[in-house]
Amino acid sequence: MVFIVYKLTLITVILLVSLGIAMYATLLERKFAGFLQDRYGPDRAGKWGLLQPLADGGKLFFKEEYMPNTADKFLYILGPCLTMLIALLTSAVIPWGPPVIIGGTEFSLQVADLNVGILYVFAIGSMGVYGIMIGGWASNNKYSLMGAIRASSQMISYELAMGLSIAAVIMMMGSVSLTDIVAQQQGWHWNVIFQPVGFLIFFICALAETNRHPFDLPECETELIGGYHTEYSSMKLGFYLFAEYINMFISSAIIATLYFGGYHFPFIGRLGLSPNLAAVVGMAIFFTKIIAFIMLFMWIRWTLPRFRYDQLMRLGWKILLPLALLNLAATGIFILLKG
Amino acid sequence: MSLTNRSKVVSNKKFSFWETLYLPAIFHGMFITMSHLFKRKTTIRYPEVKRPFSGIYRGLHVLKRDDEGRERCTACGLCAVACPAEAITMIGDERKPGEEKLYREEKYARMYEINMLRCIFCGFCEEACPKEAIFLTDRLVPSLNEREGFIYGKDRLVEPVDARVDVSKRQTEKVLEFKKDKDERHNKNDLKK
Repeated sequence: MVFIVYKLTLITVILLVSLGIAMYATLLERKFAGFLQDRYGPDRAGKWGLLQPLADGGKLFFKEEYMPNTADKFLYILGPCLTMLIALLTSAVIPWGPPVIIGGTEFSLQVADLNVGILYVFAIGSMGVYGIMIGGWASNNKYSLMGAIRASSQMISYELAMGLSIAAVIMMMGSVSLTDIVAQQQGWHWNVIFQPVGFLIFFICALAETNRHPFDLPECETELIGGYHTEYSSMKLGFYLFAEYINMFISSAIIATLYFGGYHFPFIGRLGLSPNLAAVVGMAIFFTKIIAFIMLFMWIRWTLPRFRYDQLMRLGWKILLPLALLNLAATGIFILLKG
Repeated sequence: MSLTNRSKVVSNKKFSFWETLYLPAIFHGMFITMSHLFKRKTTIRYPEVKRPFSGIYRGLHVLKRDDEGRERCTACGLCAVACPAEAITMIGDERKPGEEKLYREEKYARMYEINMLRCIFCGFCEEACPKEAIFLTDRLVPSLNEREGFIYGKDRLVEPVDARVDVSKRQTEKVLEFKKDKDERHNKNDLKK
């Protein structure tokens, strides 16, 4: 009974937190974009525009619910739902902080401690393309279809390099459980120090997987109007846009978990904090890292122009894939020589 | 010859190895964008902060009254003739006995309209006016959704007696000099040419 209540609470909290962070990431993005372009960004709704995400959400709810009459009704509705669902699913295996002790019982801040955590992340991550593909196909619009095709081929191409860069991490850690990977990065033993190339490849692929700039070819306003969500309006469009921010949040969390020590920080263990306080500090550290990565995603978006499609494919297949393979081989040789 | 020292000669040379890495260029670009984060913002937060206008800004017109509160306009039609955009329309009328407090001249404008969508704010009406009745001010024509709202009648053009509109900012020394002998030297010079 306690177990069910604790898991349900944890799931609810994580769901709300990821939704809340995604909501305010939209504001952060607009503010950040504004500041990078010598403007202020939205500052009319509430103090510093803090109510802007609510206003945007409210606007989307009251927009006309439009559906093209040639669309496949079932798939058309399924698309955004699937995108949202898959975006939220990944958060289940991420260890959000060190375990909390309440009344002598230890509660880990992780919904499901799968022993194949990374595989789960990958499985769900590759399903992410379905939402976009189904939406683009069901819209019965050439631009949507183009966007959907681009999204699927882009995601498949970059998943390879992403998988290979993670394989190197798994080889080093000797485990595919996210809890183990975080535990082994205690102190300053962050994977990014031992796997800088792997991190770079993973990060570029994460940009491509979340369809963020400079890899936002599935949307690509200048060529495809809105890409896969051209025919969507109201809250269905809202789901697509919102899922992108959730994806960004989850990707940042995974990057922080795999390469930046999760909730660990050098010298924090030496302070001699009580377990519960350590859990709070760990969580704060983890979320700081996540937000830093979200900012990095945004920073890149407002710096780099979009790739041309052939450049995107060349980067994925001819540069990142061989580089990831080399990285994997080098890691293997290193581990072999070390004994 | 170049006008600025910022121009760069375009070349199609092959990238060096360092350049094909792209990463240095990307970091450089990211450094540039980040430096903008700390720069002064160019935004003017409009309703609270207003951009300072030049003193001689030509905006929304005003039909002046004289010191005793009588309308100066005598509906001569010179402004309408001078108007290159044909934005001004008026209907003149004779002043009735007992209306001396309202209109300064024996003839006055019963209807006076300026279409602000046609107006180009050149200020020729102000120059043409022999009675110093019409002036352009540093006020803005507010934006509207309907075209009808942009046709300003006397109700919005004539200044209220208790809320006079200051037009002195536009009356620079040069302008005053010009107005002094409006119907003598300038017009004669024009005729000579």
